[in-house]
Amino acid sequence: MEGLNDLFFTYSTTIGVLGINGLLALSVWLTLYCGQLTLGNAAFMGIAAYSSAILTIRADLPFPLALLAGTLLAGLVSLPLGATVFRLRGVYLAIATLAFGEVIRVAILAIPATGKGQGLVGIPAKTELWQIYLSLAVIAYVLARLRLSTVGRAWSAIREDEVAAASQGIAVRRYKLLAFVLGALIAGWAGGLSAHLNFALQPDEFGFARAVQILVYAVVGGIPNVLGPLLGALLFTGLPEILRGLQEYRDIFQGAVLVLVIVYLPRGLVTLFQLRRTRRLQRVGAADVA
Amino acid sequence: MLLETAGLTKRFGGVTAVDGIDLAVAPGQVFGLIGPNGAGKTTLINLLSGQLRADTGAVRFGGADVTALPADLLTRRGLARTFQGVRLFKGLTALENVLVGRHVRMRSDVLARLVPFRAAGTADRAVALALLDRVGLRARAAALAGELAYGDQRRLEIARALASEPRLLILDEPAAGMNPTESVGLRALLTELVAGGLTIILIEHDVRLVMDACARVAVLNFGRKIAEGTPTEIQADPLVREAYLGAADA
Repeated sequence: MEGLNDLFFTYSTTIGVLGINGLLALSVWLTLYCGQLTLGNAAFMGIAAYSSAILTIRADLPFPLALLAGTLLAGLVSLPLGATVFRLRGVYLAIATLAFGEVIRVAILAIPATGKGQGLVGIPAKTELWQIYLSLAVIAYVLARLRLSTVGRAWSAIREDEVAAASQGIAVRRYKLLAFVLGALIAGWAGGLSAHLNFALQPDEFGFARAVQILVYAVVGGIPNVLGPLLGALLFTGLPEILRGLQEYRDIFQGAVLVLVIVYLPRGLVTLFQLRRTRRLQRVGAADVA
Repeated sequence: MLLETAGLTKRFGGVTAVDGIDLAVAPGQVFGLIGPNGAGKTTLINLLSGQLRADTGAVRFGGADVTALPADLLTRRGLARTFQGVRLFKGLTALENVLVGRHVRMRSDVLARLVPFRAAGTADRAVALALLDRVGLRARAAALAGELAYGDQRRLEIARALASEPRLLILDEPAAGMNPTESVGLRALLTELVAGGLTIILIEHDVRLVMDACARVAVLNFGRKIAEGTPTEIQADPLVREAYLGAADA
């Protein structure tokens, strides 16, 4: 029992990071599920991480309020951004959201309150593991049910054919925006939690690499349901820890898994036992993510 | 009049695809829209259903000006359509396709769904299954839309359009790809729908279907309306013969 406690203590940061990565993977799942490739969630995470940390350090705001404020700020920024970028599709949408991420990274480097390039230190460690995992459970449940609702069905229709979806009476832009803003809120929540899990924030934590990492969790795990992104986050957060001795090979391992999954399980690891359905979907030319 | 257009015009670069079209579609009939390939039929219905926006001219639907309305709001007001090339949600099942078609008649069930294990929307499922039954696809409810035979896909698209409980249904070449038996079945379905109070605009190359099913027919050529009347009048019209066969043969 003592040993188990030690183990838990040693790995508690990793366990926390795992939960936060699960939240991030869910945040990008929303837009992927309606067929939109956006890469802005690392930036939304950064906005909420910095703003909530600044509020707890400088304004002495209680942690729950700071977390909420940071999350809402991320959501607030996502609203006009989404209204603008959803004029674009496909690769152009991805690039536009990526550019937004760069803007945020540079803004963090320029604003004095963020500690600029030196980062922000001395953040009170307020985040408890149960908070992370409770949020994860609640959000995963809500998204899973949302997927089955009229909203989820509208998202599927948009993913399959936007023109046909509009002519079924679906307000396509509004449904895309809903997915985008919900994603930003979840990413923001994850950002606020993660800022108060460690003691410090670095601006480069929220750049291109993180944006792609989040996408990889979701795509490798699979988009058809919410378990996919969680599985992806677990795999890419957990295995590198287990394979700690092979640290130099970590990126090679990640790359290999990514390639193998995309080639052999294009709908993600979560569809490992649905190979026949995958083949059926490919044959009829369905949208590839779900 | 259920649907009226006045001077409806759409240009693509130098080409005037639809040129000053005036139409008046009375409720409770099948209104045929014919013309040679490239005459502007599909552009016209893309204007009517909000997929395209007209350069000039106006559309009135159910007494209100709907000229600038997007497709989703038109569907909400009771206009539904099918597409020339069939645009089903291929990766969704036949039943799911019809349920999506019912979107505007369904209340959001997000809150109801949050209650664990509760199945919401059973009434809408029943409606969707009844529609599949009506077009003869009940047995294929669980098949992916993309797996259906072409004629079945056409019928599924009609069921999906009907799911929004439209007042006006626009069918863009519904008989294309159907065998003669299916085509006869389609005609029976159209008759049944009109008897139920629906108004239909039918674009079709199958002359027999048009002549049998339509109360009135308008003929387009090079974006202009060159004739309108009952099927018999249209068949006798020299301008129509010229458009289809060329002037020298007349």
